[in-house]
Amino acid sequence: MPKNPDIKSVLIIGSGPIIIGQACEFDYSGSQAARSLREEGIEVTLINSNPATIMTDPVTADNIYLKPLTKQSIKEILKKHKIDAVLPTMGGQTALNLAIDCEKAGIWDKFGVKMIGVDIGAIETTEDREKFRLKMNEIGVGVCQGETATSFLTGKEIAQEIGFPLVIRPSYTLGGYGGGFVDNADEFDKALNAGLQASPIHEVLIEQSILGWKEYELELLRDNAGNIIIICSIENFDPMGVHTGDSITVAPAMTLPDTVYQNMRDLAKRMMNAIGQFAGGCNVQFAVNPETDDIIGIEINPRVSRSSALASKATGYPIAKIAAKLAIGYNLDELKNQITKTTSAYFEPALDYVIVKVPRWNFDKFQGSDRKLGLQMKSVGEAMGIGRNFQEALQKACQSLEIKRNGLGADGRELRDQEAILYSLEHPSWNRLFHIYDAFKLGIPFKTIQNLTKIDDWFLHQIEDLINLEKKIEQFTLDTLPKDVLKEAKEKGYADRQIAHLLKCLESEVFAKRNDLGIKRVYKLVDTCAAEFEAQTPYYYSAFDEENESSSSDREKIIVLGSGPNRIGQGIEFDYSCVHGVLAAKECGYETIMINCNPETVSTDFDIADKLYFEPVFWEHIYDIILHEKPVGVIVQLGGQTALKLAEKLDRYGIKVIGTSYEALDLAEDRGRFSDLLKENKIPYPQYGTIDDAESAIELSKEIGFPLLVRPSYVLGGQSMKIVINEKELEQHVVNLIKDKQDGKILLDHFLEGAIEAEADAICDGKDVYIIGIMQHIEPAGIHSGDSYAVLPPYNLGDFVIRQIEEYTEKIALALKTVGLINIQFAIKDDKVYIIEANPRASRTVPFICKAYEEPYVNYATKVMLGKKKVKDFKFNPKKHGYAIKEPVFSFHKFPNVNKELGPEMKSTGESIYFIDDLMDDYFLEIYSERNLYLSR
Amino acid sequence: MKEHTKKKAILLLADGSLYEGFSIGKSGTSGGEICFNTGMTGYQEIYTDPSYYGQIIVNTTAHIGNYGVNDAEQESDKPKIKGLVVNDFTYQYSRSTATDGLNGYLEKNNTVGITDIDTRKLVRHIRMEGAMNAIISSEILDKNELMAELKKLPNMKSLELSSEVTVKEPYELGSGNTGLKIAVIDYGVKKSILKNFEIRNCHCKVFPARTSFGDMEAWKPDGYFLSNGPGDPAAMDYAVATVKELLGADNPIFGICLGNQILARAVNIDTFKMHHGHRGLNHPVKNLLTGLGEITSQNHGFAVSKESLEKSKDAELTHIDLNDNTVEGLRLNGKPAFSVQYHPESSPGPHDSTYLFDDFIQLIKENK
Repeated sequence: MPKNPDIKSVLIIGSGPIIIGQACEFDYSGSQAARSLREEGIEVTLINSNPATIMTDPVTADNIYLKPLTKQSIKEILKKHKIDAVLPTMGGQTALNLAIDCEKAGIWDKFGVKMIGVDIGAIETTEDREKFRLKMNEIGVGVCQGETATSFLTGKEIAQEIGFPLVIRPSYTLGGYGGGFVDNADEFDKALNAGLQASPIHEVLIEQSILGWKEYELELLRDNAGNIIIICSIENFDPMGVHTGDSITVAPAMTLPDTVYQNMRDLAKRMMNAIGQFAGGCNVQFAVNPETDDIIGIEINPRVSRSSALASKATGYPIAKIAAKLAIGYNLDELKNQITKTTSAYFEPALDYVIVKVPRWNFDKFQGSDRKLGLQMKSVGEAMGIGRNFQEALQKACQSLEIKRNGLGADGRELRDQEAILYSLEHPSWNRLFHIYDAFKLGIPFKTIQNLTKIDDWFLHQIEDLINLEKKIEQFTLDTLPKDVLKEAKEKGYADRQIAHLLKCLESEVFAKRNDLGIKRVYKLVDTCAAEFEAQTPYYYSAFDEENESSSSDREKIIVLGSGPNRIGQGIEFDYSCVHGVLAAKECGYETIMINCNPETVSTDFDIADKLYFEPVFWEHIYDIILHEKPVGVIVQLGGQTALKLAEKLDRYGIKVIGTSYEALDLAEDRGRFSDLLKENKIPYPQYGTIDDAESAIELSKEIGFPLLVRPSYVLGGQSMKIVINEKELEQHVVNLIKDKQDGKILLDHFLEGAIEAEADAICDGKDVYIIGIMQHIEPAGIHSGDSYAVLPPYNLGDFVIRQIEEYTEKIALALKTVGLINIQFAIKDDKVYIIEANPRASRTVPFICKAYEEPYVNYATKVMLGKKKVKDFKFNPKKHGYAIKEPVFSFHKFPNVNKELGPEMKSTGESIYFIDDLMDDYFLEIYSERNLYLSR
Repeated sequence: MKEHTKKKAILLLADGSLYEGFSIGKSGTSGGEICFNTGMTGYQEIYTDPSYYGQIIVNTTAHIGNYGVNDAEQESDKPKIKGLVVNDFTYQYSRSTATDGLNGYLEKNNTVGITDIDTRKLVRHIRMEGAMNAIISSEILDKNELMAELKKLPNMKSLELSSEVTVKEPYELGSGNTGLKIAVIDYGVKKSILKNFEIRNCHCKVFPARTSFGDMEAWKPDGYFLSNGPGDPAAMDYAVATVKELLGADNPIFGICLGNQILARAVNIDTFKMHHGHRGLNHPVKNLLTGLGEITSQNHGFAVSKESLEKSKDAELTHIDLNDNTVEGLRLNGKPAFSVQYHPESSPGPHDSTYLFDDFIQLIKENK
């Protein structure tokens, strides 16, 4: 059946603010779906309260509602627009839940809205553990032995029946929240109570534990005719027991024989068909008994998921885009493969490479949190590496993480404590992968490692093989290292820095040697079909192989560096800016090249930039791309700290940094020189000083006076920042900082207690400055700007203060010779404005201001950076009425024992936008009154 | 962990392109027509499929050998390929039910292979230049010398190969006298096809490719199955003649792959050698009778001419490849006979198309 002609207008529900378990992958899916529907001439209306998304941009949808995800908002939209259908499968569990609420309230019926791409019955079957189990029994799919309990007593009885070990899974919770493994009766009571409480309907499933079984996921698409295809098989490196969102995952499945895989494929199809009839995406999870190849079904999600985003990036098959087309009536055989453009969309991608996804955790932000991985997802982001073999993909993923490692191992940061390693192997946390490497390096027997981790032998052998290679390399020096060994190391993903570490030489020497020997990166295409057909889409990854498929054109090119894996302090906001930077550079006539390694993003969609290199935002990879593409310059100020940090090296290697120069970026980060600049310009700043040990810190504190804000220089999201009120605290924190990082200075600032905080974002072309917005924080100074409620424009700063902010912003932007964006943070005390810091780059707040004022500031700023436009060339016309409130959103529910108190270190994972007409608004008054809580402390 | 000593090997194509890598399996020299398979699983099934007889297989998937081999997963008694070319070969396999590692298995069965090849470059080359002969060697590392060996290889076009892989003597299998009797003409039949008949309670008798119509008819089969197999159908007049006789007697017939091509030729529809063929587990086929699609396992370098089929009054198109619109299935008009170009028995590959076996049984029953 072709497209349903009755559907002319579709509402897409977004996933709201970013929380752990539901991140920017839904910006990717929502925006792909919106673009896909608009291609078909359908009017797209979008609701999402998350302003830092591409999906809520005019480039994506026709009507955008930045409104809370509530029934009330849906009704308002339906009153204003004639909506034919709602597509609730692109916004994660949040969107599905809202759609169900609306369904139950009869809202869709009342307004004549058809729900597409989903089946309510299917959601109920998949979300309700007992219904799921019964359904699987009915269709002959094996499941864990288990029963649901709605009371403590029945729970106990069930446990007695099944025996330990057990798993407790609360119904209707996100990302496995509230669930866990129970090994014995002693732990059971507490876990059962917690589970019952976590479930909104006070229901838990108590199941036999299949800890240690192999875990797999399949991504499916089905059309209205009933055709089903499997887009991707994903194998978890970590066996059952670690939430799939927290597992290292690999595609395609590495250790499945065809017989077992095809059985799994059959089961997946049967499961999807059994839960209901709907056209769209679906994700199925399985466990396989490693001894017998028996397969059991774990769960099925009848919607686009985090894994679908990964599968899309892993295969090149745009799942959300196709799922949207299926939802409006198309059948698979009527659509074209979006990558080849000539063959059918009705096929199953064949990969001739391997992808490895490694999650990114931020436990350091949640002091006191339980770092053990289990059924509940705890990671905040992920990085994906693509390679011609597993080892290369694994190394690349590790290089992408930005956790101060150069890949997996070979960086002198091994753990050598046998006890600690053995414990870690059995009790996985964020660093288990590294400890497996350490275990092999320490000579712990293969069998022991396998027994403790239960990880498949094949994966462990791959890591063991790396250790063998390292031993081989270490027998040589740079001069004596044979070509074939160096080539092997590069083929297995080793960075020059890692090899340099093994050879005890410089990275640049390894680079020079491999270039002299002709060991060079080539670029291969991600084409969905293992080169069987010609592909039209420029989506590349690097490998040390023979043929290079990426030919460099003679057009003028601009590279935009992405922001890498999401983490607290650097999230989706920067992807928003990168995407707009790419689009603006395209408008200026450049060939645009995107480099990023985060599979959850829109910037890594193959149809955003002219060319996409899915590579680590890691110097070696970037430099090789630059050598190959020879761009006119690189944009670093849109990709957050990740990209910005590379400016120094780019500058050193004579590569043009587009916009604000490296010297200015460096000046802004160098507290001493920056303060001199402020002094010259007669701009006030809190008293400060730099120290490098605790003793001098105490000396300095006497001069500046407590309270003090203590932090290392060059930090992200207020990492390791602390306010101290006496000498004892100061000493402790300084010693802690030095322990973590021996090099680098520590800054002490006098903390302006009780001050009001504000920040301004501006575009500057070197001559003129335009302030795009000033936001005033609600909480007093001391709470990280990312964690505070903020109001645009300021709600109670007097003209005198505003004038100071404007004047200082202008002066600083010009003094730093800013070309592009700048963000300046202020503290205001007794009507005097002090500068806290200046960041000459796109900030977290830029997307918020763009959305609130409905102006494309990143687009403007990029054109200014590129020298194609001056600030005066734009007719700024911000839509100002009322106020926009930025609400921080936290994921503390994932970490029950964590200190939830806010401070100078950022802890929020996401944000939403809330518009009010005036300051008498109830919501505003409520959060404003909470401000006093902080003041009273 | 045991380190494997690497022995240099080279792969030479008929057009002179040369690839350097390392020897896997048996060291030695072996040549055939080079073709690629895009399946990500099922290497053992591929290597043992008699349809690949005379060919060197390039596996496009990144890793080969991961899960070792299992005797129960062979499609014939041993590997039938002339060689294999892979990107990354695994010695340290992992599967508790495996009976051997792939390297040991290849060595034992005298199969020559080469690893550490830029298989993607090679596949792109074959895609653009077409299928051609190639040779792998770990003994002759001189290009000219190896080219001389390569020149001795026969050309796949007009090559009859079924005689090389067919059974020597007829044999029976399946459920005694209870089930339907299926005469299987073995042009190189895969074990899983026979398994599919067996699980449907059929009683099969497998006949050598050149068995006469009369000899088979003497067994009084309820239906005839024309198997898959290697080589050019245009070089198999003996088979076409037999099938013509079968058709004359209105016997129900089902053909797969080479069987499909022979059935077409029996009603004077042409076949041709494709540029580089279809080999993989992900090929979309649309069943024109039901309008539904299926993901199919394919392995063919020859195909039925669509133009010729469309002109024919004796047969109609039933299945079409959604990627390139080639013929994937047909049925005869007024005769109880149909066939498909792809592999409904899969192994390796998806099970979407097993309904065809049921269709055949239904057809036999209707004809009884």
